[in-house]
Amino acid sequence: MLYLFLIPGVAYFIIFKYLPMYGIIIAFQDYSPFRGISGSEFVGLKHFIRFFTDDEFATVFRNTLLISLYKLVFGFPVPILLALMLNEVRIGWFKKTTQTLFYIPHFFSWVIFGGIVIQVLSSTGIVNSVLHRFGMEPVLFFEHKEYFRSIVVISDIVKESGWASIVYLAAIAGVDPALYEAARMDGAKKRHEIWHITLPCIGSTIMILLILRLGSVLELGVQQVFMLYNPLVYEVGDIIDTYVYRVGLTEQKYSFAAAVGLFQSVVGLILIYVANGLSKRFGGGGLW
Amino acid sequence: MRYAALSDRIGHAVNLVLLALMGLVALFPFLHVLSQSLSSHAAIVSGRVTVYPVGLQLEAYQQLLQDRAFYRSFGVAIVRTVLGTAINMTLTCLMAYSLSRKHLKGRGLIMNMIIFTMIFNGGMIPTFLLLKQLHLLDTIWSLLLPSAVSAFNLILLKNFFQTIPESLAESARIDGAGHGVILRRLFVPLSLPAMATLTLFYAVMHWNTYFDAVMYINNPKLLPLQVYLRNVIVLNDSNMNVTDFSGATLISPESLKAAAIIASIVPMIAVYPFVQHYFVKGVMLGAVKE
Repeated sequence: MLYLFLIPGVAYFIIFKYLPMYGIIIAFQDYSPFRGISGSEFVGLKHFIRFFTDDEFATVFRNTLLISLYKLVFGFPVPILLALMLNEVRIGWFKKTTQTLFYIPHFFSWVIFGGIVIQVLSSTGIVNSVLHRFGMEPVLFFEHKEYFRSIVVISDIVKESGWASIVYLAAIAGVDPALYEAARMDGAKKRHEIWHITLPCIGSTIMILLILRLGSVLELGVQQVFMLYNPLVYEVGDIIDTYVYRVGLTEQKYSFAAAVGLFQSVVGLILIYVANGLSKRFGGGGLW
Repeated sequence: MRYAALSDRIGHAVNLVLLALMGLVALFPFLHVLSQSLSSHAAIVSGRVTVYPVGLQLEAYQQLLQDRAFYRSFGVAIVRTVLGTAINMTLTCLMAYSLSRKHLKGRGLIMNMIIFTMIFNGGMIPTFLLLKQLHLLDTIWSLLLPSAVSAFNLILLKNFFQTIPESLAESARIDGAGHGVILRRLFVPLSLPAMATLTLFYAVMHWNTYFDAVMYINNPKLLPLQVYLRNVIVLNDSNMNVTDFSGATLISPESLKAAAIIASIVPMIAVYPFVQHYFVKGVMLGAVKE
């Protein structure tokens, strides 16, 4: 009976997760939809050699790494700060209102949130009307390369930081109150409490989330970039996922795109193993 | 001591002001888009619209509500969310229950098989070609089946089921209850908060995901709301009428885009206050490690 319960779920994992893994073979073939996987010719590492020596892929790879790095450096500390700030608020309604304002963008799709970003930054948007009032020239944010990465990074921070702060708030709530009382007896000020009690106590939570984050460096959200980018900013905004989509599904170079995708998956796998090892070494307890 | 209290009090005030400012930064974009959807063409092109409507008009919404493609995509999104979430919850519950039974043979193997899919996947192209071979492209199933079970949610629910005392299931078995009855009458009611949370997570995923529809759906009649919205915003693609019979512009395209955004936000905002509690709970569920 129990095995009967398992059949649909296991079938799902085999069909929709493991069959595509078998389908990766096409990365080593010149795949033709008419001949199928069994009938297509094997070409070894041809596609891998081609994209490793390809300028366009180099750009895409650099974009992916840079945007990911910026998101990590600028985005990772924000939820921690936010949690520390929210934790100090004692006024119930104020806390509830700000929390709701910070959490809710997480539940909007990137189409909606990206749409809002596009509207706000458009030539008739609020940012340009403010610039205009200060006598400055309007800026077409989505047509200039120098703004695109900042837009991606900042909009991601605004959308997700509030939601990400919940975990830290929970960790802070778990800190033993006796520690604070003892510190206050000794005349500690708020900033001492935060620096010497709160932060060390939530250190392991921070560590685990940081390491998990490192494991997904090459996957930084196709839904966001696909919504925001346009051909004018491909040079700085095209990432591996959008590149695989365009080359693979729009231009139908299946084998080449599958090879790029495989490269991304393998790097991701290695990063997760490394991150897990690090997590164990630092006493955070691995994921497995 | 008194001095310390004062510096702390200043700190508190600064903290509140900063949070209030950040709240406004989060709020202003919404107010701006809302105002644009309600403002006249002239006010928008002259850049006079900030966070309140200028030259109030409702024409953008009238146009939107007359667009059949809007209703159709809204309907597709609802069907997808309801059907998809039902499939998700059924499969996840059945699997989580079986895998939470300690005496199940091959349990470790299946768990490893599931966990592996979390760290490695076939990727976009092989998945696309699989759906093509299964003739699922351009059907609603291409939006439902590839995400039928989330490994993460499954493990979450399995762990939750494991916290239910073994003796409860044991005594039900002695009373002659089968696994189906135990799951339906015992485990599901005992884990209602977890059920609610997972249902919401799955529902939000279905409502918000759009990239799979971009890849798998060509038929305009099957495009979900998010794709319709993206086409309106990014591609300026809609059947809506922005000019009058003489060709003069009545509604700014910006207004139409803004109205489409607001119309898509409304369901979320309407549901959110009732479910926020469960969402926050769900994050905690995931955060607790054994």
